Amino acid sequence: MDAILAQLLNGLDKGGAYALIALGLTLVFGTLGVVNFAHGALFMLGAFCAVTLRQLITLETVVIDPEQLSAWGSPLEIRTPLAQTWFGDFGAVLVDYSVPLSIVLAIPTMLLIGIAMERGIIKHFYKRPHAEQILVTFGLAIVLQEVVKAIFGPNPISQPIPSAVRGAFDVGAMLGLAPGALTYPMWRLIYFLFSLGIIGAVFAFLRFTTFGMVVRAGMADRETVGLLGINIDRRFTIMFGIAAVVAGLAGVMYTPLLPPNYHQGMDFLVLSFVVVVVGGMGSLPGAVAAGFLLGILQSFASMSEVKQIIPGIDQIIIYLIAVVILLVRPRGLMGRRGMMES
Amino acid sequence: MTLFALSRRDLAVFAVFAVVVLAMPFWLQPLGAAYPALMQKFVISAIFAIGFNILFGLTGYLSFGHAAFLGVGSYTAVWSFKLLTMDAIPAIFFAVLVSGLFALVIGYLSLRRSGIYFSILTLAFAQMCYNLAYSVLTPITNGETSLQLTLSDPRLIDTALAPRPAGLPSASLFGHSFSGLEGFYFCAVVLLIAFFVTQKIFASPFGMMLRAIKSNQTRMTYTGFNTRPYTLTAFVISGMFAGLAGALFAITDPLAGTERMQWTASGEVVLMTILGGVGTLIGPVIGAWFIEYFENIFSAFNESVVHAFFSFLPAEIADPVALVASKFVGEGWQLTLGLLFVLVVVFLPGGIMEGVRRIGSLFGRRGTPVSPGAARAQPAE
Amino acid sequence: MARSDQNIVLHVDDVSKNLGGLQALSDIDFAVEEGTTHAIIGPNGAGKSTLLNVIVGRLPPTRGAVVFDGTVLTGKQPYEINQLGVARVFQTPEIFPELSVLQNVMTPAFAKRDGAFRINIFRTVDSEAEIRDEAEAILEDVGLSTRLASHAGSLSRGDKRRMELAMCLIQHPRLLLLDEPTAGMSRHDTNTTIDLLKKIKARGMTKVIIEHDMHVVFSLADRISVLSGGKIIAEGTPDEVRGSAKVQEAYLGGAHRLEAH
Repeated sequence: MDAILAQLLNGLDKGGAYALIALGLTLVFGTLGVVNFAHGALFMLGAFCAVTLRQLITLETVVIDPEQLSAWGSPLEIRTPLAQTWFGDFGAVLVDYSVPLSIVLAIPTMLLIGIAMERGIIKHFYKRPHAEQILVTFGLAIVLQEVVKAIFGPNPISQPIPSAVRGAFDVGAMLGLAPGALTYPMWRLIYFLFSLGIIGAVFAFLRFTTFGMVVRAGMADRETVGLLGINIDRRFTIMFGIAAVVAGLAGVMYTPLLPPNYHQGMDFLVLSFVVVVVGGMGSLPGAVAAGFLLGILQSFASMSEVKQIIPGIDQIIIYLIAVVILLVRPRGLMGRRGMMES
Repeated sequence: MTLFALSRRDLAVFAVFAVVVLAMPFWLQPLGAAYPALMQKFVISAIFAIGFNILFGLTGYLSFGHAAFLGVGSYTAVWSFKLLTMDAIPAIFFAVLVSGLFALVIGYLSLRRSGIYFSILTLAFAQMCYNLAYSVLTPITNGETSLQLTLSDPRLIDTALAPRPAGLPSASLFGHSFSGLEGFYFCAVVLLIAFFVTQKIFASPFGMMLRAIKSNQTRMTYTGFNTRPYTLTAFVISGMFAGLAGALFAITDPLAGTERMQWTASGEVVLMTILGGVGTLIGPVIGAWFIEYFENIFSAFNESVVHAFFSFLPAEIADPVALVASKFVGEGWQLTLGLLFVLVVVFLPGGIMEGVRRIGSLFGRRGTPVSPGAARAQPAE
Repeated sequence: MARSDQNIVLHVDDVSKNLGGLQALSDIDFAVEEGTTHAIIGPNGAGKSTLLNVIVGRLPPTRGAVVFDGTVLTGKQPYEINQLGVARVFQTPEIFPELSVLQNVMTPAFAKRDGAFRINIFRTVDSEAEIRDEAEAILEDVGLSTRLASHAGSLSRGDKRRMELAMCLIQHPRLLLLDEPTAGMSRHDTNTTIDLLKKIKARGMTKVIIEHDMHVVFSLADRISVLSGGKIIAEGTPDEVRGSAKVQEAYLGGAHRLEAH
């Protein structure tokens, strides 16, 4: 029982990341009708927003003090992070909290990147075949990841968890189990709650704002909305920006769990496509549900008991589910009837 | 002999193509690419690309999983070396057979959907193959360390015919082991055969049916065609071409690694086909050569070469220019590749072949013929 | 029915179709005799296209069956129905835009000769002289012999329709279904098409035409079924239908008289 609960919890944070990326993919597909293979790259760019911010605030001034000698007998180098020079102790706190702070940097950056991408390239592909959309966004994804590689190098750059939330949260104690029987790393819990928060915000935005209502109407029937004299294109552009922000934030907060590397976008993209397909192309609740479902299933499949019965299942479970869903129920768990069928 | 029949124009194309391929060691000399390892890559990638084009270019199905068949071909060929013989023919035979079977199963399932769903399905199957090769199938694939020949391989047929050689053997053809330039010519002949088969497919009624399926599947079904066996045949043929390419990679260098199956390899063959010209006969070959050549040239560049190139500029300008430019070469070659991909899809969806046609129609009057009817005024509708 | 059953090519047997709660067709029953042209007319939304889709197997009927030459078509794939000898011209031409006009017309001939699937890889299209000659002859018939090498996608809409008709004719179907074959055509093109269809009729091909151009209907049809609100409200020879007060009422609301132009 504990083991099952533990796997359930383990799947939640990864599931959260899948859900956030799949949500953006679905928004873009639903509004613009574009299959965006560069969406994973946006997740990766978000992660590198965190890296950038950390590198900026940990820039150091080096003062060589000839009066003092180091243990090696050479003049002592005193390194002080700029943030500390400027803000004193508060600067040290800033450095400690660099990951959550990066959200502030990531929101405008990702919004700009998203809008630039849509206006610059994707807009020219609305009327072109899906194959060409796939190809151009695929190329774009390669460009983005290679630019990141050129700037930040090929190796993963690990990002620390703020010291206050390191360690684990004793879930077992809450459920009346023995203390320490079932613990869950604090940051994973935070990531899960964070993803729920973002998902809630996106749904609330779509449901309760006029902007969101127009976008939803546009997703249902673009032409009619266009006939009402509403400039749906501009709203869709902003929607693309929002999808980019969602993916970016998912990336920022994921950095302590997976040290950012330039190719993580593609790794997550392939999985997120599977998530979208399982959830149902064009269905936002489907994307979210399937994200968590697949995260949890993947976590179960990597239990050693399961792997003993079916070797290698942890490696292929997600793809296997996608294949079965596509063949048996092509519109996915929650897809609209007739959506992309046949 | 209908088996070898082709129109005079096609035969001329084949003859020119054969001369170009077989003369590679000569015309690649001034380009600095006339060494066997690279020329082998040119030829093998061309096979991979023309096979892929039969599915994508002719039939209109965009697969993102063809690297899986390339990998399967390589593994099968190496196992044929290890278990049976170093002869290239059985290796090719088994590789094509096994990759064809894989393609049959994956194609049967994937082709039940079309459009992006087909692309995602092939991607999912290829990722499954890759992940399995990397993990549970390690006894067969040797995982990360790649499958290689060892001194203790049984090589049943070879050892029955002759005593074991001292070192690791290399691939052979009817007892004559070859390497270097001979290896290139072996691959070149295989390419010519593959190219001829492709020409036959393009010119045949079967090829016309595939084109018609790409053009309008609804009309095909109402015209009395059962389209699924057609698309499946195209899928299996292109999977077998990929397996053949994989086998040739293993023949020129008896090694099979998982990286050959990664989805980036699938992406590369898509790019080769697009860059050269989707659906054209020669386009994919040109695309493959273009990419392999520039990959080789660009990735060999390093910062000092770039600096030397820009040294005619004053230092204040040269340094930053060289710094930026150096990001596009060497390790950064992939960046150039990605940019090229975007630019081609945006500006030249027909690839190099379309570019050539456009330039051709600028100079000569040999562009698309305008039939007399086209000029006739059409009644308003 | 007075007519002998042996000559019946198509029998739409008491077909009803319910589309999402809407009764699109109710109790449709008619038979088409060999060599005749049967027209189905009716105002927009009468269920004409639904009926055609049921006949070709695109939509399964809720009740009843479609019998072609003794074979029940219900549940069959479109390609199987075509292989039985039913060809169809669409309302918006369904052609192969990327292929040449000649290739467009040759392709269906292969389905007729080689069946639903055959890997014909050893011959070349150019060496299929028989099929090529026939395609050229039929294109001559429909007046497209000057455009053999043109891209089909570059044809005018009227030419596309004529080519689509040629694509059906090369299969020598036992039954030809035409969905508004002259919609969107100029008067001149319409007359050319009528002449063409008359020529086919002279060869004894059975046809079902869905049309709302009365000129076309009265020039070609041997029998007419009038569809309104998913029901057949009248059936008979052109003269009988023309004279029916009920048809006048339902079809044109009494505002116009049904007559040939």
